[in-house]
Amino acid sequence: MRIYLDYNATAPAAPEVQDAVARAMREDFGNPSSVHAFGQQAKAALDEARGQVAALIGADPAEIVFTSGGTESDNFAIRGAFETLAPAGSRRIVTTGIEHEAVLNTVKALAARGADVVTVPAGRDGVVDIEALTAAITPETALVSLMLANNEVGTIQPVDVIAAQCRQHGALLHTDAVQAVGKIPVSVRALGVDLLAMSAHKFSGPKGVGAIWIRRGVRLISQATGGRQERNRRGGTENVPAIAGMGVASRLAREALSGGHLDAMRVLRDRLEAGVLETIEGTVVNGAADGRVPNTTNISFDGIEAESLLIALDLEGVAVSTGSACSSGTLEPSHVLKAMGLPQAFARNSLRFSLGPSTTAAEIAFVLDVLPRLVSKLRRLGRTAAALRP
Amino acid sequence: MRVVVAMSGGVDSSVAAGLLAEAGHDVVGLSMQLYDQRASPEAFGSCCSLDDLQDARRVALALGFPHYILNFEREFRATVVDRFVSEYASGRTPIPCVQCNSDLKFQTLAERAEGFGAAAVATGHYARVVFDEDGRRYRLLRGVDADKDQSYFLFSLTQDQLAHALFPVGHLSKADVRAHATRLGLGVAGKPDSHEICFIPDGDTAGFVERQLPVADRSGDIVDSSGRVVGQHRGVHRLTIGQRKGLGLSTGTPMYVLKLDPAESRVTVGPRDELGRRDLTASQVNWIAGAPPPGPRPLTARIRHRHHDAPATVTPDGGTNACVEFASPQMAITPGQAVVFYDGEECVGGGWID
Repeated sequence: MRIYLDYNATAPAAPEVQDAVARAMREDFGNPSSVHAFGQQAKAALDEARGQVAALIGADPAEIVFTSGGTESDNFAIRGAFETLAPAGSRRIVTTGIEHEAVLNTVKALAARGADVVTVPAGRDGVVDIEALTAAITPETALVSLMLANNEVGTIQPVDVIAAQCRQHGALLHTDAVQAVGKIPVSVRALGVDLLAMSAHKFSGPKGVGAIWIRRGVRLISQATGGRQERNRRGGTENVPAIAGMGVASRLAREALSGGHLDAMRVLRDRLEAGVLETIEGTVVNGAADGRVPNTTNISFDGIEAESLLIALDLEGVAVSTGSACSSGTLEPSHVLKAMGLPQAFARNSLRFSLGPSTTAAEIAFVLDVLPRLVSKLRRLGRTAAALRP
Repeated sequence: MRVVVAMSGGVDSSVAAGLLAEAGHDVVGLSMQLYDQRASPEAFGSCCSLDDLQDARRVALALGFPHYILNFEREFRATVVDRFVSEYASGRTPIPCVQCNSDLKFQTLAERAEGFGAAAVATGHYARVVFDEDGRRYRLLRGVDADKDQSYFLFSLTQDQLAHALFPVGHLSKADVRAHATRLGLGVAGKPDSHEICFIPDGDTAGFVERQLPVADRSGDIVDSSGRVVGQHRGVHRLTIGQRKGLGLSTGTPMYVLKLDPAESRVTVGPRDELGRRDLTASQVNWIAGAPPPGPRPLTARIRHRHHDAPATVTPDGGTNACVEFASPQMAITPGQAVVFYDGEECVGGGWID
């Protein structure tokens, strides 16, 4: 039996999505920019998907720009905002230490080009220090980038709280909503943001496709110049099959959210969490219990090297992860847990379990069966090894 | 039986894994990431580089067993690199492979392996391990391929470590190993052998030591055996016992490094015949049988990897040291290198040359 509990890394494409991608490749092969019937048909597929994606986040379809995924969307938002506003003197970028690397490394790159970057920490609850964040937003601020849901611990950030202040100072507000879209209801209007990044494969869509929502009226210097696709915002022939798949995934996500289909996932997540805390000593859940996406739990195992536990679980057929993986696929200490001010050990002994819509009660029961055994074995070996060392 | 194979991405460990998988074992490949692969141009590493780790991954995929890359950066720095640098700085010529084997592969990795339910740890070393029914103990033997034999690097293994060690290519020649790699369809079949010191691929050991341990001025005098200054050097870490080239001396006869004195930053040189020595003291001696022999023992001893072991009498001092007396003078006995003892085909132990 193979059990997949790493949906925050990626989710398998839903069967309807697979069909939509295959159908688009087969039937809508035209270039959406072409004048002829083939082009028009592809354009229609694009527009349908655009409408579906917009509906998922309460947006106007004209505000959606398709990209290659969350990372490109974040880059577009951050670089585009900085390049647009910096010449007028707004050189500050405010972000948080718990952002995804797509944001952190982009901001770092801009710091080398003269951006005044302020990185605000989070509390142990996994929520950004809102006072520090508010204090950092000045009239010279070009952009505030605050994720909507954290990828490692699942905590939802108070994005809407800072919207008014951003507007007042003329700063654009960007949210990396990659881990939120499809897991919780997301409304761009209610959030009050200007820019929002999303990625299809995190909610059962295809990989290599995502979108950035750009509030109507927001100017953003294009980061991919070329043809006039996507209202002149992103050049390059559109990835029609993947976009069609993203459209279908968006429709399915919207149906699941409005139909309460994700409640079962939350119940299983809570069962897993409670089971671990109850049966395994020295475990603690990272991040606030409330205000999380319903599929994620991040647990520290005292006295355990997360890397070893992850491999031991994989050999039992259970796929989980820690937050960060580096270039070779090995683990490095989680920057998120560090930014939350957790002790160094936590950054090395924590595992992330992220469930999906198809996770079953039997799978969670299996995990709760093997996990205590593996943990106690690894702890015993760890203690023996420590005792034997000179 | 579940067996963990330490895979470097090279042909030897790949074939080791392949042979075990073929024999029906439940193989789990583990590779150690030893350095930060994304580091600056300063980045070091040739063995276990990102490409090598991917080679190991491809072998595992081709043979159909799971493979994981473990982050051993902290452990590698602490147990291997730091010690390597400080040894050089103190005028010794270390061999980091021994610590890497004993502390990383057969200690840390073995601990992890047990956690994964593995009964043994296999590597691609050219060495053999056999169980001696009479003596009720494990014996470490040279690899069958005399030219590739790597038992020298394994002298510090204990009975417990040998009990869980497998060397699947130890009974093969290098040519056989490459033939097996080809037969198994492994892409690494033609891959060249790795360098002696994996984390210094450009071979510039002195530059590496200087980057790791910056000191403003390491220069000093070169003297002959009588104490007469005959030249200047740019740091004892740039030299090793027996070295002739790069001294910048214009004496009539070729001069060799005889002694390195880091405290005085002084290098003693002399003609080749002064390079030979009959005896040495080995420290931190490991006797693979578990205990030292009761008295002086006639063995052969090897003073560096590329040295034909020479007849010697080894006398344990009752503690962890041993006195080694060769039958004939040996050239360039070098502090920091290992001296490894053999009884015929069997590697019986070894220690560090002081």
